[in-house]
Amino acid sequence: MKYSDPYLAGIALGLVLLGAFVFAGRGLGASGAFAATASGTVAAVAPGYATANPYFERYLSRPGGPWRNWLLIEIIGVAIGGFVSAALARRLTLGVERGRGVAIPARLAMAFGGGGVMGAGAVLARGCTSGQALTGGALLSVGSWAFMISAFAAGYVVAPVLKRTWR
Amino acid sequence: MTAWLLPLGIGIAFGAALERAGLGDARKLTGQFYLRDLTVFKVMFSAIVTAMLGLFWLSYAGWIDLNAIAMPETYLRPQIAGGLVFGAGFALAGLCPGTSCVAAASGRGDGVAVAAGLFTGVLLTGLAFPRFLDFYDSDARGAWTLPALFHVPPGVVVFAVVVVALAGFAAAERIERRAS
Repeated sequence: MKYSDPYLAGIALGLVLLGAFVFAGRGLGASGAFAATASGTVAAVAPGYATANPYFERYLSRPGGPWRNWLLIEIIGVAIGGFVSAALARRLTLGVERGRGVAIPARLAMAFGGGGVMGAGAVLARGCTSGQALTGGALLSVGSWAFMISAFAAGYVVAPVLKRTWR
Repeated sequence: MTAWLLPLGIGIAFGAALERAGLGDARKLTGQFYLRDLTVFKVMFSAIVTAMLGLFWLSYAGWIDLNAIAMPETYLRPQIAGGLVFGAGFALAGLCPGTSCVAAASGRGDGVAVAAGLFTGVLLTGLAFPRFLDFYDSDARGAWTLPALFHVPPGVVVFAVVVVALAGFAAAERIERRAS
């Protein structure tokens, strides 16, 4: 089945974001779920170290702890919603999205490395395309717009180097 | 008890909207960077404009209190630096954190790899965190907004964002026509 019209999908996404603002008093997010998971993992391995680290400690000291983090529950929902939506549209396929110019192991290495770099950026920026660009963008936050502009600027600088991998 | 129902439900709707738009597909997503397919821009800005106008009119009508919504605080230099690092990783990965979860859930191995990379990246950066704590907390500007930056009423910025988005949509359609 073909994907939906991007403007209609965008309006639907905007209504979900608006619903989060109105009913939860906060916007959407994604990288925060990874931060909560990392904090919980470090705390399970080395509890003393985790509470002494100011980054992990923030996720550990919140009510409910890292494993009941709002964004972690939300991101589990994202996976369920993505799965059900793809299943209903008969789009569930086991595979790897890549260009013809790159083999599967290389594509997976790029995906893992790119994810790692994004993780570092999201820590520094206090969020990602969901928590900063979408959420802070709609709230007209200066830092969020600065994040969005610099993220896409860097993307356009790096992308030409990788162009042949997406052909 | 049922505190998890709200974030779970919001997440399900969020994931479904991303999947419907085709943003679980890294090939479609990276089309944004090669000006082949501008779905990312169209979806993001339709969403931002929709939520922004919703908040603006609901608060204008007195139905919601904007102060009850968590406002992100600005740390300008770290956020610009973080954005540059994030954007480079985004182009390399072909997916962002939210869309990597949708890609993984719809059966794509590259989505799983991006999510694993994100977990590793956040973990390692967290371990190194004490070393750059000073930079992380530098250039703090509080809950700074575009209307405050430009010294204009919020309505003016809301109107300007709508105009920029509409102009961007028209440009995006023209770019896609030329690319096809």
